[in-house]
Amino acid sequence: MLGTLASIIDGVLVGLVYGLAAMGLTLIWGVMDVINLTHGAMIVGGMFALYMLASALGLPPYLALPPVLIGAFCIGILLYWIAIHRMVGRPPLMSLLSTFSVNLVLIGIGTGVWGTALFNVEVSVPGISMGRYTFPGAHIVAAVLAAVVAGALYFFLHHTRLGKSVRAVANNREAAELVGIPTTRVLAVSVGLGVALAGVSGVLIGTLFPFTLLSGDGYQLKSFVVTVLGGFGNPVGALFGGVALGLLEGIVTPFVPVSWTLVIEFVLFVLVLIAFPGGVFASRRGAL
Amino acid sequence: MPPLLRRPFFWIIALVIAVFAIAPAIGNNVELRESLLLAALYITLASNLNVMLGYTGYVNFGSIVFFGLGGYLCVWLVSSYAWPLGASLLVAGIAVGALALIFGLGILRLRGAFFALATIGIVEAVQAFAENFTPWGGSAGIYLSSAIFQPMGGPARALWSIYFLMVAVMGLSLYLSYLIKISKFGLGLLAIGQNEDAAAILGVPTPLYKALAYSASAFLPAIAGGLYFFKSAFIQPSDAFDLTLSTEALVVAMLGGQGTVTGVALGAYLYEELRGYLLTSETFSNFQLVLSGVLLLLIVLFFPSGLMGWIYSRFPCARKVLE
Amino acid sequence: MIGLGAETLAGKEERMKRLCLLVAAATVAAAPAFAAEDTITIGFTASRTGPLNVDSTGQERGYQFWRDEVNAKGGINAGGKQYKVKFVSYDDQSVGGRVQQLYTRLVNQDKAQFLFSPYSSGLTAPAAVISEQYGKIMIDSGGAEEKPFELGNKYLFMVITSASHYLSGAVEALKEKNPHARVAMVYSDDPFSKTVLSATKAQAKAAGLEIAMDESYAPSTTDFGPVVNKIISSNADAFLGGGHYSDGATLARQMHDQKADMKWISILVAPADDKFAELGAAALGVTVPSQWEVQVSYKPEFGPTAAEFAKSFQDKFHAKADYHVASGYTSGMILQHAIEKANSIDPEKVAAALNATDVTTFFGHIKFATDPQHHGLQAAHEMVLAQWQNVNGKLGRQVVWPTAAKSADLIYPLSAATH
Repeated sequence: MLGTLASIIDGVLVGLVYGLAAMGLTLIWGVMDVINLTHGAMIVGGMFALYMLASALGLPPYLALPPVLIGAFCIGILLYWIAIHRMVGRPPLMSLLSTFSVNLVLIGIGTGVWGTALFNVEVSVPGISMGRYTFPGAHIVAAVLAAVVAGALYFFLHHTRLGKSVRAVANNREAAELVGIPTTRVLAVSVGLGVALAGVSGVLIGTLFPFTLLSGDGYQLKSFVVTVLGGFGNPVGALFGGVALGLLEGIVTPFVPVSWTLVIEFVLFVLVLIAFPGGVFASRRGAL
Repeated sequence: MPPLLRRPFFWIIALVIAVFAIAPAIGNNVELRESLLLAALYITLASNLNVMLGYTGYVNFGSIVFFGLGGYLCVWLVSSYAWPLGASLLVAGIAVGALALIFGLGILRLRGAFFALATIGIVEAVQAFAENFTPWGGSAGIYLSSAIFQPMGGPARALWSIYFLMVAVMGLSLYLSYLIKISKFGLGLLAIGQNEDAAAILGVPTPLYKALAYSASAFLPAIAGGLYFFKSAFIQPSDAFDLTLSTEALVVAMLGGQGTVTGVALGAYLYEELRGYLLTSETFSNFQLVLSGVLLLLIVLFFPSGLMGWIYSRFPCARKVLE
Repeated sequence: MIGLGAETLAGKEERMKRLCLLVAAATVAAAPAFAAEDTITIGFTASRTGPLNVDSTGQERGYQFWRDEVNAKGGINAGGKQYKVKFVSYDDQSVGGRVQQLYTRLVNQDKAQFLFSPYSSGLTAPAAVISEQYGKIMIDSGGAEEKPFELGNKYLFMVITSASHYLSGAVEALKEKNPHARVAMVYSDDPFSKTVLSATKAQAKAAGLEIAMDESYAPSTTDFGPVVNKIISSNADAFLGGGHYSDGATLARQMHDQKADMKWISILVAPADDKFAELGAAALGVTVPSQWEVQVSYKPEFGPTAAEFAKSFQDKFHAKADYHVASGYTSGMILQHAIEKANSIDPEKVAAALNATDVTTFFGHIKFATDPQHHGLQAAHEMVLAQWQNVNGKLGRQVVWPTAAKSADLIYPLSAATH
């Protein structure tokens, strides 16, 4: 019983981080109807930035967050101009393919530089024990930081001028343009933010688990699941979606053979998509 | 069907099939056969994907599910029940086609990116299921003994038979996608691709048409999967349900020009040859990912209507002959 | 040059060799038509990209190291000719679907006369189909699973110990330390790991150990948190499992992070790599079944000793030789031995020579099963159990089992390793 409780709590902790990762995906999706298939690669980018800063330069792991945030934002702006700008408003396949091809390039370069070996960043934060079960310190810190970043994003979207324009563009691009919002700049900023979130979540995930250059695919898939659970284009919902996914993994694992978890996860994913095409925690479309 | 026989494109397809069948047979060219076999497989997958993608505009990341399930059913029937290859292939094709109809009625309610995501979910769910399904050997998959080629006259002759069957499947795929395109059914699909709501109002039974197209596009890939994995004498979930192959089929359709029969086939052929070259060339094997990425990006950015789009714009008369 | 190559050969064989070389040299001198260099082409794929990249690189370096050494000594002797070894290899991207295409190309287009296996059971099985279809000999040093050997294949030969024996040493050692151990078996859902652990389960039961948990996980799993909690809940005190590099290392780290408090941890494959030391404290005390360690002391009938092998490899590649390197090198050595015994490069004759092979090298004793039900399976080679210990303040692997081969004492329980 205590074991199940421990799994559930740990599931929530890790789920918050997955939620943060999915926020990046869902933000871009919500603002411009583009599914960013470089999302996984950007998460991995965050992980490798962490590895270089923490293991090579000896920085404390969490100090990697500010530089990654800024760096990933700039990369996001670049990504917008290279692969997304011409695709906005075109059929979804076009942006899927353009971001997919950028992803190929990134993975190709990464394989050349780092190979596909496993990298590990040691984090020494004392954990909290509950009977025989332990919640590693890194999990707790990462969950708290994920919640903080998510809160900051919420504040930005609702209480700053730029954030409000992002929401306005998501709601109705033409109308936003009519009232004088520079939509192109807002779109670029949104992609920058989405990628920055991916990078930051990459840093946090990198403190939890060892990773390889190819880990991104798995986390991108998780982000899709979280997005569907939390509602498309709804960043706050994504956080809930992440927690829901973590809870699910935590609750299911003690009772079902581990190898069936994935079957359950994806069957649920498809069923939820069909039943609630907008997502479980969905607010109305465009209500970012 | 005399009107069909009078169309030049009908004979162009026949010519392509003949070239595929005869070229490697001259001088027993095994090397050419292997490369053309993969090209035929890609053409089959891409042409059938095109029925959904090119005509109705639905992006299906899960086309590989049909291929993998067909492979599994066929290999399973051959290994566990000692069925002959022909019967196994047919049953695999029909069963997967029927399954696709059921899947289709469910997920085709979704549109645009939602549909695309659902198809990814289906691939992952089916793969995870196969990994846990003991009659199919779980994650270890199913192995066929090398003795299975004996009834077909030993491996050397069996490989030729499999190749000709694959070419036949490719030919059927090309004809199927051509026939659909010029039929009333195909017009209905194209209308769905233009504007689904308008098509429904004008009396196109959209849910049924979409599900039928989805099912039709499952039948031949399933048979191709059966052939491919019978030839491999080995099937495991990670190969049978590899998402990259799905993505490649999409890329191929884009490359050639979605919605066209010739373009998709040509795209598949070129892509397979190019990939074979990149993968095995000394100079490029290290950059193949980067190179294919850059190439694809350039195509998407600057030639969004693909190879055929470019040909049509340069040689407008081609539009009359090449569908 | 010739003297150097012959040094390692014993007595009669040495004289034969020299005679052969002399004859060969004389023939070459007498008939300039033969002056063109003879080559043997060996084909294989390696996972230069994709998830199997780390282990596969070791194996590929083993192949290359062998080729360079053979060619430096003049090549392989057969039928009065000196064959230089030439490799043709491609990147299989760790994907099974690519393997058959590439091996078909190796045979048909590149005219490879012999084949080496890719890395891992999942890739070797499809490759073996091609080698059988075209009647080419394939030496397998990367796939330990038995299944492909039960299909009546004639040209496939495995130089490493097969999967069912991977953890038998660990079970014996554990039984000696704690006859009432409660074992949690958690392993990757791939053909190799499943074969290993299903055999281990039977061995553990026969040894009287209790199985507290028996579960597999998807190979792509990245978070083992819930799994580790489940292990703790099962009250197990010993862990046997893992799969390949990424999942094994992640499991080790999370068991440590979540203080799973195991008295015994055996993980497949991952801890046999020197990169495992990156895990720091999480690596301490972990045991791994190994095909080969530097410390083993077999008396080779030909070829280098373990120490010589390790040193010359280190000099050339500036990396430590692990068992993937050693097994790759052994593939080449055994093939060469068989070709020279057969005195021909005809596949049927070489296959017959491989069937008759019964030799000891630096890698251990090599002999192939010849009954049709298991043809080509390794029948003599034995594995050792290595443990990560603190050696002079640095993490290193020590051979701890079997006791006859040990280089350090086995540390049990695990917590003692940290002191």
